[in-house]
Amino acid sequence: MASGMLFAMLLMNKAVAGTFMPEQGTDIARQIDDLYGFLIIVSFISCAILIGGMIYFAMKYKRKSANDKTAYITHDTRLEVLWSVIPLIIFLLVFAWGWIIFHDMRTMPKNALEIQVTAKQWAWVAEYKNGVRSSEIVVPVNKDVKILLASEDVLHSFYVPSFRIKQDAVPGRYTAVWFNATKLGEFYVFCTELCGTSHSSMVTKLKVVSQADFDKWLITESEVGLLPIAQRGAKYFQTRACASCHNVNDAVVKVGPSLYQRWGKASVQSDGSKVIFDENHVRESILLPQANISAGFAKPSPMPSFQGQLSESELAAIIEYIKGLN
Amino acid sequence: MGQHSSGKNYINEEPGLLSWFGTLDHKRIALLYFVTVMFFFLIGGIMALLLRLELFAPNVTQNVGQILKNGDVYNQVLTYHGAMMVFMVIIPGIPAILGNFFLPLQLGAKDVAFPRLNLLSWYVFMTGAALAICTFFSTKVDTGWTFYTPYSIRTNGAVVMMVLAAFIMGMSSILTGLNFIVTVHKLRAPGMTMFRIPLFVWAIYSTAILQVLATPVLAITLLLLAMERVFGIGIFDPKLGGDPVLFQHFFWFYSHPAVYIMILPAMGVISEIITTHAKKTIFGYTAIAFSSIGIALVSFFVWGHHMFVSGQSELAGIVFSFITMLVGVPTAIKMFNWLATLYKGSIQFTAPMLYALGFLFLFAIGGVTGIILAVTAVDVHFHDTYFVVAHFHYVMVGGTLMAIMGGFFHWFPKMFGKVYNELGAQLSWVFIFVGFNVTFFPQFILGAKGMPRRYFDYIPEYEQLNKISTIGSWLITIGFLIGLYTMIQALRKGAKAADNPWGSKTLEWQTSSPPIMHNFDHEPTVTAGPYEYK
Amino acid sequence: MSTNRLVDGVNVASHYRDATHQYDSNKEGIWLFMTTEILMFGGLFVGYIIFHTLYPEMFAEGATYLNWKLGFINTLVLIFSSLTMALGIYYCQVNQRNKATLALAVTILCGAIFMVIKYFEYTHKFHLGIFPGEKLNLEMVKPEHANLGLYFGFYYCMSGLHGLHVLIGMGLITWVMIKNIKGEFNSKYFTPVEGVGIFWHIIDLIWIFLFPLLYLVG
Repeated sequence: MASGMLFAMLLMNKAVAGTFMPEQGTDIARQIDDLYGFLIIVSFISCAILIGGMIYFAMKYKRKSANDKTAYITHDTRLEVLWSVIPLIIFLLVFAWGWIIFHDMRTMPKNALEIQVTAKQWAWVAEYKNGVRSSEIVVPVNKDVKILLASEDVLHSFYVPSFRIKQDAVPGRYTAVWFNATKLGEFYVFCTELCGTSHSSMVTKLKVVSQADFDKWLITESEVGLLPIAQRGAKYFQTRACASCHNVNDAVVKVGPSLYQRWGKASVQSDGSKVIFDENHVRESILLPQANISAGFAKPSPMPSFQGQLSESELAAIIEYIKGLN
Repeated sequence: MGQHSSGKNYINEEPGLLSWFGTLDHKRIALLYFVTVMFFFLIGGIMALLLRLELFAPNVTQNVGQILKNGDVYNQVLTYHGAMMVFMVIIPGIPAILGNFFLPLQLGAKDVAFPRLNLLSWYVFMTGAALAICTFFSTKVDTGWTFYTPYSIRTNGAVVMMVLAAFIMGMSSILTGLNFIVTVHKLRAPGMTMFRIPLFVWAIYSTAILQVLATPVLAITLLLLAMERVFGIGIFDPKLGGDPVLFQHFFWFYSHPAVYIMILPAMGVISEIITTHAKKTIFGYTAIAFSSIGIALVSFFVWGHHMFVSGQSELAGIVFSFITMLVGVPTAIKMFNWLATLYKGSIQFTAPMLYALGFLFLFAIGGVTGIILAVTAVDVHFHDTYFVVAHFHYVMVGGTLMAIMGGFFHWFPKMFGKVYNELGAQLSWVFIFVGFNVTFFPQFILGAKGMPRRYFDYIPEYEQLNKISTIGSWLITIGFLIGLYTMIQALRKGAKAADNPWGSKTLEWQTSSPPIMHNFDHEPTVTAGPYEYK
Repeated sequence: MSTNRLVDGVNVASHYRDATHQYDSNKEGIWLFMTTEILMFGGLFVGYIIFHTLYPEMFAEGATYLNWKLGFINTLVLIFSSLTMALGIYYCQVNQRNKATLALAVTILCGAIFMVIKYFEYTHKFHLGIFPGEKLNLEMVKPEHANLGLYFGFYYCMSGLHGLHVLIGMGLITWVMIKNIKGEFNSKYFTPVEGVGIFWHIIDLIWIFLFPLLYLVG
């Protein structure tokens, strides 16, 4: 009887965990889901007792007349102890169970593949040891990966629902989070600490690929320098997070002005002057954004300056890319 | 005792609007709070409706997708929703309205210990509230009600004005708490020992201890944030050698006890309603009383459970998780004691009882999800997702708001001497209860699926549940409007209420409805506990 | 509703049994309020200790700009003023109105001396370009530690908040001194003087912790 109930609970556990949680991308995700499933079942039983009991009593002891006499029961110490100790035991049990998994999550594996991920308003930039920069995070399957998190400006938080991992990126220090992806596929990465205007757009993908594909990707990406200049510029446009604020597909404004079909055309600045959208204008806008605020946009501009951060070659590539946005 | 022959009561004794603004009577001051807090609740509620409207569909959807101009506006609306509800509605709420009105009455006293301080509390509260509303007309704040640094240091909004407003409202909370502690210590009627006071008084008392001990830390935190913005002192700014996580420690040191300031009074109201409307003595008086004090004290040591992924050490996380488990026990004790109180009672499904039963239902869910969130490994997934949003709305709205509505209807005849329409009140409950679950239960699932909070837009797979949640918000609105209408109609046209329409045993019902100015004709002498339904 | 009535020559509010009942309640209220003041300053102290532990040399450098002799004089001034304040209360209790007025006046004077010394300390620092936080004039001060502004942020916040309370205290003492001159206090009723006295003693106590933390450390 007891083992039957236990088996039923285990089944429920799996069912519950499976229904509402995202796909399990790691083994730790599975462990957490098991604990969560247990918590759901225990919660359900507790609520059934409380709410069920309440409904049962409410119906059974409904007032029959204005002169009803009620039982004068002031307390029962045994019951009091019972419903203090049993919850305490359950709470401590789940605390300990959680501790075990939490300890594993917080213990960085040795010899993990390290990826530096920097959060900034409003994008994630991953940098690999061989110098590759990417706005998406690509990792090999079944390998320990350690993400070293940093922030350029304010608090952000690196969250991969499918892996059940989350870690705040704190400006002024490094934080770290690790995982071992057991499934191939693409998984969402969300920013989950309010960081300003485009907090909800700070979404990227974590791609789990085979070791062979990963090795190939690393090499291809590092050969970005061999790409034609405009394609290189397209890459930088992503990895430098220009895309998080500037639309390139149509004229709709994201945060900053759209760059679609702008080349060679005149536009009005916030001080009323007219400028032509050419190489020098774009260069100045990237290096000194406060000098070139378009009419109708906020002063001061929320765009960070890239002075000192882009080489001439990178600048030229980005400008070439923008030139071709038609 | 009984109907005062002259027909004079605290409402009509001193006529004229001006007499209300200079009143020293705790009952009138309670009504001053009642009107203003309800007004702020209305505004905070409209903010919530705007948020839910925005979240009805992903932004790409034509026409209904994007309602608000941009993410900045969304962040501002969510900040005002949170800050107003926390500082201007739920923290003052039950203590300032029901506490002010009924603490002296339940103790058999003529007033609170410091009536002038009480009036000052209201003026200080209104000053802070006015300042907060001023920010709305200056550059609006978009940091969330939690003001995390360094974003709150860098952003353009009127953060300094807003935190000063919260500082001032905190002062009001301190003065009220101080007043109530001395009242409970010094103004009990003869024969009323500490173990003969009603559980509502125990609840207000525990809350007052929290108000006095915790709020000063909020005061200094907000002051330091203001200094940080004005002088760039550098304590919370990493660019100047400071630590942003230190702000979180300072902030939650107050704000965790603050959530118990929000729920303890509600629990007190539930004890009153269940005993009266089931005509049954409370089960476990001592357990409930000590649980209230226990929750208040232990609440000071759990603040780090808001910070498991903040960068704080693993050890800190473990310790905070452990202590949080401990604070769950007295909470569970109370729930079981209320359940046991219903056993062999004589239960009437009046609106107050419905709200109390609704509280038990919703707080049970809110409470267990709190335990789920207290488990470190599990919280990593749920932190800053809609699961947390659902949890705290279940306990704050499902808990405190249910209790305050139940309390309003329970004490309505006493406060105003009028009978409200029972059907209207019950109908309000139906819409609020059902609407609440429709709004917030899907949010548990959204959180489990990974939807972060404070999101202006979301990936398409979250659309269905968001739609259901938004529709729920409209149901809640209807419920509150029906409730408001019921109360206004009762004020205008309600029949005269009896002194003790529910047959309750606590002292406030042993005087006229509404009470005379100085509460009791003769000081009552107490010879037994407050729940002697035999 | 508070309608006062005379009980044994003392004005007692209607919700109190007698003068003692009112007096006990008022004292409890004042102590509760002072608890909140201590907690608020306590938060500042905790912040100070945390950063002192993180940057001990920077704090030592900052302390060199503080004149411990002036701080010590201020400490003596405040301790003396607590004595005169206690005397003021005592004289009220024994119906010696004029001596009470004198004692309270001396207390106010001590407060003024404290504030004047503070004024000189602050203006001297401003003259050197020492302002809190980012406003610290790095060119004028040429500090070894670039974020010395953090130290002075704490210095100005803590001593400034304390100084504000000294000013408020002086105002409150003036208020009870005037009441005393008008003859409102006697051996049966001296609650406001005692209440203000408690406030003043706690402000003094806070300074006794501030002085070593700011001036003597490093």
